[in-house]
This record gives sequence, structure tokens and C-alpha cells, in this order.
Amino acid sequence: MQASEMAFYFFSVVIVISAMLVVISRNPVHSVLWLIATFFGSSGLFILLGAEFLALILMIVYVGAVAVLFMFVVMMLNINFDQLRSGFTRYLPVGLLIGLILFVELSLVFSHWIPANSYDSKIQDSTIGDVENTKQLGLVLYTDFILYFQLAGIILLIAMIGAIVLTHQRKRNVKRQDILTQIYRDPEKAIELKDIKPGQGL
Amino acid sequence: MRARRNCNSDLTGEGELSDLAGSYLPILIFFGLAIVIGLTFLLAAFVIAVRNPDSEKVSAYECGFNAFDDARMKFDIRFYLVAILFIIFDLEVAFLFPWAISFGSIGFFGYCSMMVFLLILTIGFIYEWKKGALEWD
Repeated sequence: MQASEMAFYFFSVVIVISAMLVVISRNPVHSVLWLIATFFGSSGLFILLGAEFLALILMIVYVGAVAVLFMFVVMMLNINFDQLRSGFTRYLPVGLLIGLILFVELSLVFSHWIPANSYDSKIQDSTIGDVENTKQLGLVLYTDFILYFQLAGIILLIAMIGAIVLTHQRKRNVKRQDILTQIYRDPEKAIELKDIKPGQGL
Repeated sequence: MRARRNCNSDLTGEGELSDLAGSYLPILIFFGLAIVIGLTFLLAAFVIAVRNPDSEKVSAYECGFNAFDDARMKFDIRFYLVAILFIIFDLEVAFLFPWAISFGSIGFFGYCSMMVFLLILTIGFIYEWKKGALEWD
């Protein structure tokens, strides 16, 4: 068995086992950690497919950022874990049903799906020559697929504004440091000397 | 070392793939070593270490008195805001990498395309700044 084949089976086993542990682990925080392991495995599979850019982006974005976000959500929700666990048997039939439907769909796809004639040539085109994966993406993403690229930008903008609108609240009566006021403050005007006669107040 | 890729032959493990696997072999070895060392420490502590658990020894310690409640508590929503803003700018930077690599080939149009993209996100950034989402209080 070749090293690449061994790596494929290794990553696949890692993905399957950690994905199962995401579902069955008792503590949601552990579930998130297993999800990170799943992301790592998927990243390895992407590298085996030659999609280095996707693999590293998966590492940066999903492992670095999305997993942290999931962690925040899990910790923010203040879940009663025992109560959560008690629904397991109740939802098991629904989960099994969805799993069965997915399984049937996937087996239908793999048994009956015939790729179009142009499919092979398209794959060849996208990986031709010595051009590496990241450059191939760059060659088409910003020119040929400019609409999708700009839509991605707009979606990011909407996400940003939405997050701020939903979660940002300014606290009243909090004293904030205003650096400009501090810098422009003039000692000549800030300090005033008064000559007070004995026996008199200000 | 840069390997040529061919999606069709990848999973069959032939041809150029050995090349690709070769270029990533050091990382794979590093990965394996990290797993082995990490597991060794974990399992060693599990197997060798002396453990005499006691209900008082393993309970949460809170300055002399009994713990009031669970140590797990609700997070402030502001952490979430910081995290989501981080992800958005993370993605923005991720879009810059292929652009930077292919910059010489995509011409002025590609340059303008990225500038429009950056402008859209800068609008969001200005909004965020003016709203005070970058400040903690």
C-alpha cells in the first residue's frame, strides 16, 4: 500500500470516528473539540486531492475561527447538560430516519449517476500544467467569476452589519477615555490660580 | 517541490500522487509525531500516576466555603461579536492570497475587482468603527 493511500485511510478513519464522537459525546465542549478533529481530517483529504489552498483555508477559517465561534455559542447558551441528554432517545428515530434518507440518496447517486462527457475534460482543464492550485483559483476567481466574488463580499458585509446590529449595545453612564480631548487639553486653561483673601471662601 | 495534480488518479494512488505525498511527507511525519507524543503524555499520566480520589479532593475549591454553583457560566455576548468580526476579516484576508499569487496574470480588471471587494468591506469596517463595536465598553 502506498503512503498516499495509507494517508487517505488514516484521514478517513479520523473523520468518521471524530464525527461520530461529535454526536455521541456527553459534553458539548468535547463535541466541539471532536469537530475540530474532523476539520483536521478533512483538511488532510483536501491535501490528498491536491487542493492545498482549500486545505489550508479550512485549517485557518474552520479550525481557527469557526470552531472558536461554536465554542462561544456552546458556552453562551447555558445548557443544562442532563436535560439535553434526556432527549437523546426521543430524537433517535427522527435522526435515524434522516440518516436512512441520506444513505438511500447517496447510494442512488453512486449507483446511477453517470457524469457528463464534458466532466472529465473540465477536471483536466482545472489541473493542467504546473500551475498550482492557489494560482488556478486566483486566475478565474477575480475575473471570470467576479459576480460571485463580489457577492461574497456583500454577504460578508451583511454578516458584519447583522452581527453588530444584533449583539452590540453601548452601555450608558460608562466613562470612556477620549484621547483627542486629552491631547488637546491645554495646561494653561486647565489650571487657574485664584487669589483668596483670608477668611473668605471661593 | 511542487507536485502536479490530477484529480482522477488521486484516490487510486498512482502516478503523480506519490510525488504529492512525498512533498507532504515531512508534515505527515510531524503530524504523527505530535499525536504520538501527545498521547504518550496523556496515557502515561493515566497509567503511571498515583491517584487517590476523594470527594473533597476532587470537588471545586472556592476560597474555603462550599461552591455556590456550577463553574460554567454564561458568556458575555460581546465575545461573540469580537469572534464574528474576526472571522469576517479572516475571510477577507483569505481572498487576498490567490489574488496576490495570480496578480501578474489577471491584469487591471482583476486589480479593480479586488479593490471593489475591499471597498465593500471597508464600508463595513467604517460602520463598525463608528458604531463603537471595536471598543469594549
